[in-house]
Amino acid sequence: MLSGWFIVLLSATYIGVLFAVARFGDARADAGRSIISANVYALSLAVYCTSWTFFGSVGRATSGGLSFLTIYLGPTLMLLCVGVIVKMIRIAKAQRITSIADFIASRYGKSQLLAGLVTVIAVIGIVPYIALQLKAVAASLDVLFDQPGHAIHLWGIDSTLLVAAVLALFTILFGTRHLDATERHEGMVAAVAFESVVKLVAFIAVGVFVTYGMFDGFSDLFRRAAAHPELAGLLELDASRAGTWAAMILLSALAIVFLPRQFQVMVVENVDESHLKRAVWLFPLYLLLINIFVLPVALGGLMHFSGQGANPDTFVLTLPLSQGAESLALFVFIGGLSAATGMVIVETIALSTMICNDLVMPALLRSTWLKMEKRGDLSGLLIGIRRVAIVLILLLGYVYFKAAGEAYALVGIGLISFAAVAQFAPALFGGMYWKQATRAGALAGLLAGFSVWLYTLLLPSFARSGWIGSGFVEHGLFGIEWLRAQALFGLTGLDEISHCLWWSMLANIGAYVVVSLSTVPDALEAGQAERFVDVFRHAQRAPDARLWRGNASLKELVDLLERFLGPARARQQLAAYARSRGQRDWHGLPPDAEFVHFAEGELAGAIGSASARAMVSSVTREEDLGLEEVLDILDEATQVRAYSRELEAKQQALEVATGELREANERLRELDRMKDDFISTVTHELRTPLTSIRALSEMLHEDPKLELEERRRFLGIIVSETERLTRLINQILDMAKLESGRAEWTTADVDVSEVVRESMNALEQLFHEKGVHLDSDLADRLPPVQADRDRLTQVVVNLLSNAVKFVPGGGKGRVRVGVSADEKAVRVTVADNGPGLTAEECGVIFEKFRQGGNTMTDKPQGTGLGLPISRQIVEYFGGKLWVESAPGAGATFIFTVPLPGPEA
Amino acid sequence: MKRGSPTRQRLTALCLFGIPLLTYPILGLPGGTLADIPVVVLYLFGVWGGLILLAARVAERRSK
Repeated sequence: MLSGWFIVLLSATYIGVLFAVARFGDARADAGRSIISANVYALSLAVYCTSWTFFGSVGRATSGGLSFLTIYLGPTLMLLCVGVIVKMIRIAKAQRITSIADFIASRYGKSQLLAGLVTVIAVIGIVPYIALQLKAVAASLDVLFDQPGHAIHLWGIDSTLLVAAVLALFTILFGTRHLDATERHEGMVAAVAFESVVKLVAFIAVGVFVTYGMFDGFSDLFRRAAAHPELAGLLELDASRAGTWAAMILLSALAIVFLPRQFQVMVVENVDESHLKRAVWLFPLYLLLINIFVLPVALGGLMHFSGQGANPDTFVLTLPLSQGAESLALFVFIGGLSAATGMVIVETIALSTMICNDLVMPALLRSTWLKMEKRGDLSGLLIGIRRVAIVLILLLGYVYFKAAGEAYALVGIGLISFAAVAQFAPALFGGMYWKQATRAGALAGLLAGFSVWLYTLLLPSFARSGWIGSGFVEHGLFGIEWLRAQALFGLTGLDEISHCLWWSMLANIGAYVVVSLSTVPDALEAGQAERFVDVFRHAQRAPDARLWRGNASLKELVDLLERFLGPARARQQLAAYARSRGQRDWHGLPPDAEFVHFAEGELAGAIGSASARAMVSSVTREEDLGLEEVLDILDEATQVRAYSRELEAKQQALEVATGELREANERLRELDRMKDDFISTVTHELRTPLTSIRALSEMLHEDPKLELEERRRFLGIIVSETERLTRLINQILDMAKLESGRAEWTTADVDVSEVVRESMNALEQLFHEKGVHLDSDLADRLPPVQADRDRLTQVVVNLLSNAVKFVPGGGKGRVRVGVSADEKAVRVTVADNGPGLTAEECGVIFEKFRQGGNTMTDKPQGTGLGLPISRQIVEYFGGKLWVESAPGAGATFIFTVPLPGPEA
Repeated sequence: MKRGSPTRQRLTALCLFGIPLLTYPILGLPGGTLADIPVVVLYLFGVWGGLILLAARVAERRSK
């Protein structure tokens, strides 16, 4: 049986489970074994899905059809721009950023004024969003208790206020249990991830119940909806609202980064950049899953409660209850509670941190009160301020709900907040990528955008509920028609959100850019601009420490740390820092620029960068560096980087050049060696015939009585040896001519078969003497080629005489010559059955002075010039000469001569 | 100058690819019904799911 107490007990139990999860997460973090994995990180981003998603999307779908999806498409697209988010995380880590206000203030010279302004905008902007959660939880309670027999007495207190009080208490217990005021809350992230799972399962459960329990699947549901003419509009897109569609996507894309709670979980709570790689698809997948059943539930609700005037924002509860599925309704209630508590916890923690660091602390630092309390530990005070801030934020949410909440559906309230946080976009994105952007520009842009938002969106929402007069909406401020709040300068035809987004962005970006361009940043701003924009290029600490010069006392800085971090944590951090600098004891640390930087960073983690800077300067005597000097230091760093890059590039070029030179040198050495080889070969070749010529000539000269027969024989040898010498010298000359390009060519139509036949005839005697068979297969009537007949003959003769040199003699040798042609070229093959060539030899034999066989042991069988000359000749005609062979399988020399093209 | 990682560039390309697919005028193209379900619903969830699938493939391939 459902009873009020049962519901309270169930809620309390659920919240107890959340506490357990958070405690487990914190304990693991303290033990150094973080449970924040990539999946937990991705799920914690789903804190984006609040009561808005859980209850409001269905309500939105009943009036706007598919347009509810834009709120989830924008984040999907935004997350794909991983580079932007990674840069944000990198900056936040380097600067110890605690909140989005801190981020913006830190970029523009750690300005307390800017931090305060961002905080005010965030708080005022988020208040409607908090109200939305209160309204949703209160409405879901009303639905549960309205069931007959379950009326519950609320002690005369408004149920919404009750919800606000419980949530405030819960958040205080939850988010500010620790006394150490650091920026990260791993337990909270774990609990939020857990909640994300609960609300997803709950919503899918009710979706399946409606789609498959009350209807017969998607097709049935959509078919029946199509039968209702009033529902037909929800099933198609309205192209006339294309502008609104795009505006909503843009708005939600900005919200996923700039809502304080999203900035908190995505940037501040990120423990490892690589987790983004999971989040980039897992979080959009989560969004997709939680939206699949929104339209079916909306349509189902509209059909089921047709004409009963039920509130569409609570269809997820009323549909199961109407079917008597009370357990499911309870589960859905818990899911909705999850959605609301997750949002409220993270949002109020983020906002309370901002209020504490950027509004209250600066005020306290200025007052004399804090100076009197100088000795005390202030970390308790920090926590106290945050707790009060949490209560205040929820109270404000309640007030807004009372003032304007009833006039809007859930989604309408949420969009007002989205438009507010979108105002951070120009200052934040501009600050990350544009060095010229100045503090004055950021202030001007934020103020302009926020004012427009206030006038065109927030105040009209009050007017709509009758809380203030609606004259400025209907007739314009002071009755000026142009100043009508939701038709500014006569701009009509847009919905109020797009209208506000358009005008506020115009004012915001315009003021930001114009003022930035017409102001000069001071030294601190310029330094921060450099560190933000070039965060990927800056080494960890080097330039940071150099930007501070002055006198500091170790004791005073340590006192400061102890006051704000608490003594235990301060000592722990000091010890860790001393170790990183190679010191055993932090008492011996020099109070130099690097130490001041460390202290400021630690303080920034607790009280924000602007306040931290103010505190550090109160105990140190800092010399003012001036803009020029800061820019010089930064320029120097930039130049050093540029030089080192140049040096690197030069070194690489040098390495390449060295490599090329080495290669060329190798080649030269090889050529030199070959020349040497050649000279020794040639000398050898020249000396052999010369020796025999000389010996025979001397015999003829000295012995006049030699017989005529003998003389004739000697003279015959002398003649043939002289011929050998001439041939060798001719070939060397020929080679030299070909290489230098001074050879003479007479090109004419040549019948290749005829050339081959003549060459065979010329060498017939040689083959006959060695007893080598010479076969031929010559195609007739080949088309003529354009070539030099004598040169071509030279090639064929060379190949044939090579072949006869290498085949075995005595009738075993066999050489086969073939001539064929295709449409492109004539092809001549000379195949022998000699010893064959290895693959390596197939390449080298075409090099000059290389010979077949081993030149070291065998007597050289040729000059080593025949094949290189042949190849040069064939290539001159545009053909190719190569050999196909394997050891022991003979060799086939092939050359081609191209046929003239048809047009030639 | 550090060059952007290829994974980041691919994901950004996916984003630029997704924007025209999920906005007008292309969004105005799908019409009618398929198995009684409006095609525009299938189209939106299809493109959305497709982007997620591609993003998962791009992101997870590099991380292993």
